[in-house]
Amino acid sequence: MGAVVDLDAALFEGLCRLGDSTLVLGHRVSEWCGQAPVLEEDIALANVALDLIGQTQMWLGLAGEVEGRERTSDTLAYHRDVWDFRNLLLVERPNGDFGHTLMRQFLFDAWHQPMLAGLAQSRDTRVAEIAVKAGKEVAYHLERSADLVIRLGDGSGESHARMQAALDTLWPYTGEMMVPDATDAALAEAGIMPDLNGLRTTWDALVQDVLAEATLTIPESGFMHKGGKQGQHSEHLGHMLATMQFLPRAYPDATW
Amino acid sequence: MYAQMVKSEATQDDPEKLAAFQARIDAGEKIEPKEWMPEGYRKTLIRQIGQHAHSEIVGQLPEGNWITRAPSLERKAILLAKVQDEAGHGLYLYCAAETLGVSRDELTEALLAGKMKYSSIFNYPTLTWADIGAVGWLVDGAAIMNQVPLQRTSFGPYSRAMIRICKEESFHQRQGFDIMRKMATGTKAQRHMAQDALNRFWYPSLMMFGPSDADSVHSAQSIRWKIKMNTNDELRQKFVDQTVPQAEYLGLTVPDPDLRWNADKGGYDFSEPDWDEFFEVLKGNGPCNTERLAARQKAWDDGAWVRDGLMAHAAKQHSAPVAAE
Repeated sequence: MGAVVDLDAALFEGLCRLGDSTLVLGHRVSEWCGQAPVLEEDIALANVALDLIGQTQMWLGLAGEVEGRERTSDTLAYHRDVWDFRNLLLVERPNGDFGHTLMRQFLFDAWHQPMLAGLAQSRDTRVAEIAVKAGKEVAYHLERSADLVIRLGDGSGESHARMQAALDTLWPYTGEMMVPDATDAALAEAGIMPDLNGLRTTWDALVQDVLAEATLTIPESGFMHKGGKQGQHSEHLGHMLATMQFLPRAYPDATW
Repeated sequence: MYAQMVKSEATQDDPEKLAAFQARIDAGEKIEPKEWMPEGYRKTLIRQIGQHAHSEIVGQLPEGNWITRAPSLERKAILLAKVQDEAGHGLYLYCAAETLGVSRDELTEALLAGKMKYSSIFNYPTLTWADIGAVGWLVDGAAIMNQVPLQRTSFGPYSRAMIRICKEESFHQRQGFDIMRKMATGTKAQRHMAQDALNRFWYPSLMMFGPSDADSVHSAQSIRWKIKMNTNDELRQKFVDQTVPQAEYLGLTVPDPDLRWNADKGGYDFSEPDWDEFFEVLKGNGPCNTERLAARQKAWDDGAWVRDGLMAHAAKQHSAPVAAE
């Protein structure tokens, strides 16, 4: 902290963090196509994935514009390698069972919604406009994921055990969302993005309420993984990109 | 055309009631769920609507095969919107079937037990991105041929479901054609993929209408009841007549050396698909039957704890106020 940060470079970085997180989560959710436990969830999962991919187009589109090197949202999505991705580690976690997918969604939504509320107040109107649009969609994502976490946490013995297992596995990946680095701090100071420290109170309250109603126990260990938003990822991301980027990489001359 | 070879049920109802029922249908009235209907009408509709619903659900799988590899964010978003629609169509149709006294779970179990079918087309693989174009262009195109007239079907809930579905299907076909257009005018590799997709999907698309039913007693009954609006051959001819000029526009070759315009009938003469292959696919011997059904079975089995958990929660909510008293 305290290092001099170029604001445009920081904004590019911040926008990639947003767009890469929605891209990677949207992709993960889309892997469920046709495999959900009930038809209503097939529809909901496709809908959430669709919203997240749409948000990716906006965030990465703006990132390319801010960068000014003629990279489009597609160039950024399909022609960067793992170390250039800035998504949170949480969203690249594999789908696992429906409980893991749902818990990952809830823990992310509980951050995403207040984050977008903060971004909607951005001094940069381009950022604010995207955040307002995305915020409407994410309000629904959070409503759905919180509701299902409660119903399955406080459901049958097996559903409770599965939701607790998902929480135990994913919890150590949540810390990164609310720990600012120099980029986050510079953007907060410039009034472009919200102060991540401030999000923690909202996130904690929401998550504690929902998990308590779901009769689930927050793990005691405070250990948290980090590095995703600085480009240090798990092994899982490379495999996802290998699948996702296959066509544009194999046929670089083609347009689709 | 997601319902193939739907055998209509013989009916043994009171002749007077049957005649009155037929008169209502002939007068263009809609039959609603709580009204009297012949048992054969009910059973045939359950089979047909159920098969259509299953086709929507299984039909997500060949497209899901490419959602994760869609070549741009825009294409990924469009494909997601399309499969979301398809799951929605499945939902309307299961609801329409439920009004006839069969639950969604019963229909699903019948599918998994091999007692009900889904369209033969979804047993073919999607091997390249152009196949996603071909599915939209040809498969949805063939489905629309059948579904547009079914908007006028005699059973009210089915007719209303079809009206909603048709609005979305035409968007699906357009997006498929748009993918094909882009591929057919693209690089050499893309043009090759486009032609290859047409080669593989042409005859299976013609099979979607089912074999000729010109002499079928069952079909005649379904047509009288306005459950079936046209013969299979009529719909197939219409599909070929619509599709051949589109293929020409794309610069692609329909894989039928005997295809030619017949001015006398005002339509194309074309080769029949290999019906032996069709019957093998229906028997379970298509390239993807095993995978498709296994995927549905896995979703059903893996999802059991979720469905049970939701029921358990609902039961607790239901009993909570009583316990508090």
